[in-house]
Amino acid sequence: MIDRDEEERQKRFTRRALLLFGGQCGIAGLLAWRMHQLQVVEAAQYQLQARDNRVNVQPIAPIRGEIFDRNGAPLAVNRHNYRVQIIRERSDDIEATFERLQQIIDISPRALERAMRRMQRSRRFVAVPLVDNLSWEEFARINANLPTLPGVEPDVNWTRFYPERESLAHVIGYVAAVNERDLERDTTGDPALRLPDARIGKNGTEKAAEMTLRGQTGRREIEVNAAGREQREISRDNGLPGTSLTLTIDQQLQRYVHARLVGESAAAVVMDVRNGDLLALASTPAYDPNKFVFGISHADWNALRENELDPLRDKATAGLYPPGSTFKMLTAIAAQAEGAMKPGEKIRCVGHTDLGNRRFHCWKRGGHGSLDMQGAIKHSCDIYFYEAAKRIGIDKLAQIAQRFGIGTAPELELPNVKRGVMPTQDWKFANIGERWQQGETLIAGIGQGFILTSPLQLAVMTARLADGRAQISPRLVKQMNGADLPLPSVPALDIDERFIDLARRGMNAVVNETRGTAYRARILPPEFAMAGKTGTAQVRRISKAERESGVRKNEELPWKLRDHALFVAYAPVENPRFAVSVVIEHGGSGSGAAAPVARDILLRAQYGEEPPLEAYPRELRDQIAREREARAGPIGIAEEG
Amino acid sequence: MPSATRFFSGDDEPQGLGGKLLRINWLLVALLTAAAAVGFLMLYSVAGGDLDRWARPQILRFTLGFGVMILVALIDIRVWRSIAVPLYALSLLLLIGVELFGTVGMGAKRWLVLGPLRIQPSELMKLALVMVLALYYQRLSPEKISRPFWIALPLLIILVPAVLVAKQPDLGTALLLIAGGGLMMMLAGVAWWFFALVGTLGISGIVAVFMSRGTNWQLLKDYQFRRIETFLDPSQDPLGSGYHITQSMIAIGSGGVTGKGYLKGTQTHLSFMPEAHTDFIYPSLAEEFGLLGSLGLLGLYMGIVFFAMLTALTIRSTFGRLVAMGVSVTFFFYFAINMAMVMGLAPVVGVPLPLVSFGGTSMLVILFGFGLLLSAKVHSRSRR
Repeated sequence: MIDRDEEERQKRFTRRALLLFGGQCGIAGLLAWRMHQLQVVEAAQYQLQARDNRVNVQPIAPIRGEIFDRNGAPLAVNRHNYRVQIIRERSDDIEATFERLQQIIDISPRALERAMRRMQRSRRFVAVPLVDNLSWEEFARINANLPTLPGVEPDVNWTRFYPERESLAHVIGYVAAVNERDLERDTTGDPALRLPDARIGKNGTEKAAEMTLRGQTGRREIEVNAAGREQREISRDNGLPGTSLTLTIDQQLQRYVHARLVGESAAAVVMDVRNGDLLALASTPAYDPNKFVFGISHADWNALRENELDPLRDKATAGLYPPGSTFKMLTAIAAQAEGAMKPGEKIRCVGHTDLGNRRFHCWKRGGHGSLDMQGAIKHSCDIYFYEAAKRIGIDKLAQIAQRFGIGTAPELELPNVKRGVMPTQDWKFANIGERWQQGETLIAGIGQGFILTSPLQLAVMTARLADGRAQISPRLVKQMNGADLPLPSVPALDIDERFIDLARRGMNAVVNETRGTAYRARILPPEFAMAGKTGTAQVRRISKAERESGVRKNEELPWKLRDHALFVAYAPVENPRFAVSVVIEHGGSGSGAAAPVARDILLRAQYGEEPPLEAYPRELRDQIAREREARAGPIGIAEEG
Repeated sequence: MPSATRFFSGDDEPQGLGGKLLRINWLLVALLTAAAAVGFLMLYSVAGGDLDRWARPQILRFTLGFGVMILVALIDIRVWRSIAVPLYALSLLLLIGVELFGTVGMGAKRWLVLGPLRIQPSELMKLALVMVLALYYQRLSPEKISRPFWIALPLLIILVPAVLVAKQPDLGTALLLIAGGGLMMMLAGVAWWFFALVGTLGISGIVAVFMSRGTNWQLLKDYQFRRIETFLDPSQDPLGSGYHITQSMIAIGSGGVTGKGYLKGTQTHLSFMPEAHTDFIYPSLAEEFGLLGSLGLLGLYMGIVFFAMLTALTIRSTFGRLVAMGVSVTFFFYFAINMAMVMGLAPVVGVPLPLVSFGGTSMLVILFGFGLLLSAKVHSRSRR
């Protein structure tokens, strides 16, 4: 009985044990199925994830393309930046290392504090930059003392350097650290922009030609552990260096032009009439672009921003001024082209003319008497051009002016090229919401009113006048990676050249005939002689009361209210080669302030060096000689070195 | 195969030390040693090719445990039977001791430090529970087994330590105790209606636990809920508590069929796998040896379970075979839960891979348990 019981018990145990084992086999089967699923079915996906885990792709910043002038002089170059980084885990006592380092080189407390902050945020093995831009001597001293400086990691990387400093600041611009807004605007998704040392073009050509200069980002794959520490390099692709640019700028001429303008709030543009090459593009005051590369200090930045002469603005391309009398050639050409006036027709100037109940004045109070077209340009008579503009009408005038580049923005590798304004009836209605007044046509005829032009546009206008056949367009980039860029084909001017020739004869008379408005600024040698046109752009409105009591002279006015001085010129008169525009903000009269600058620039451009005194009119030579002595050497040369 | 017959159906009373040694199931011992050897291999790899870090101490522990196992096997099972109740009582006391003076490690009180010894009483309790339940059913006359009172008593024996362990908190081990104890009751012959009832109650209990979340009578700690959540969807929290599971599954899956090669597991050697020497050693094996390695270890484990069961079936005494099955079931739970956990089939609970994971207490407990199993077989003829 007990045995039967026991037997029954054992049987039940066996049954249940086998059942249990069956269950266990079921679970083991489930585990095996799961293994199969993970290691066979989904293996590829997990292998990818394992690779993602351990492989870190790091961008390699390509070397930025350099920028040269037309003769190969460096304008923006890559230079070694000697710097010191700190790797926390390599030192037991980082404070002691800092102390010893401070005995070797100067470290600003700010830099130290910044490095400390970054170190706290980074992992122990990450190199944190401490000081940049060390001299070679400092760098060598650190390297010599390295054994006593645990945690210090000397490092060399590339940095941008602008050897021309102020003189080309607005053309070249600068690079600076990439900020959030740059990243937002970036459409390339270039990972190199997120590197800690990344720089991006912020202004000038550096900005406008960013994509060309930047190059193609390389990449390297490294194996990292779970903490992100590099274990080894798996693969490396160095990318492609950026394209180097050769500009049309002539570094020597640029230096001269810049130096000639220093002291004024001014801009000047020199253009090759034959092909549109921009030889010089100057704007003063300027700034040192090198200050931006490592981050400009607050004090420097505020000084630049608060300077009322606006050093940050490129006045050559983005400064807009009424062209004033420099516009009169276009009125003259339009008058002929529209058949509104024959060159021989004389208009009598008594100092003012009336339209309805409004009176329009000539700059010459007593009037010029009777003048034909060439004489009107020579003497810059306002009454003549009021009459001409009245007969042409604003829309026809605008059509001709636009062919000379007024109111259109040339395409250039610069970030801020302004269009300016060449008004039409539609333009006024669309932008101001009022109907065009005929009086405004008269004002436009002498380059005042709504018309706004940049010095660049004035140079383009002058080049087209000098050439007379094509719509010469300015260009800034001559070569890429040393290969010449083709000259852009330009549309014809499509204006009877006789009309233009008359305007040119007028410009010649302005400079080279006695009593021309810029006669004092003439160049004597006929093969270098220039033709030009003065312009004085009024900044304020002259009230009737003031006109009656006598218009105040510029010297009596506060600087901000003085007229802008303009001058456009080309040279030589025969077979012109250089076109120049000069705008001096609040400089007074075009003839007094701007014309001599244009003359000096054209002399320099044509002689390629300091011109002989004989090039100047006899009455100026003594004064010029004295000035040269005072400078103890010609402008430009002093800038070198 | 006469030798096989000897292993599985020897009925003779053992004679002397030599006879006892001959009656030991050496095949099972070999399989256990093989599993431990896999552990040595992997601990060497996980340490990055460093023998001294984990592999050498593990070998020493196994050698010690091996000696203990053989020693236990040679001592009459009746001796062990007689210490079942004291051992259970001691384990219970130690568990209470943990509750009162335990060392906190990783957010839970699990260890008691007595001089140089660091004891994990919950491990000891696994063994003690198996033994005391086996004793209970040996003493209980068959007709009483399914009576409610005689069911309630073993339930109490199981639930008291389980609750203490759960309070540490170590939900994994607590559930392991409950499941192991329940299976012992099933093997002892408790009627099926009881298990149906428990099943029903269990499911309602689980529902109640989840419903309690966020109320003021919440039944599980927040971290336990989070573990369950990350188990259900590891990608939800890839850098927090889901990190373990995600990295572990990447390690296993990326091993593919043939693995990345010994000492070449990137997940393991670049420290993406946390706890690769303890609870998460299996993914390292799967990564370096692929499906072949992972199925191989599973096969080895199932072989141990199979031969342990065969041995249990030939043991005459109720105590002996219940202890044998209890040890086998506990062993099965260890590896099944560990594997299910690292493969994302179960929540992350602190259960080591038996004989392979680095760790002293569990190794000793397992080998001691198999020593009992062997002893039960060696002394099988002996009457109760």
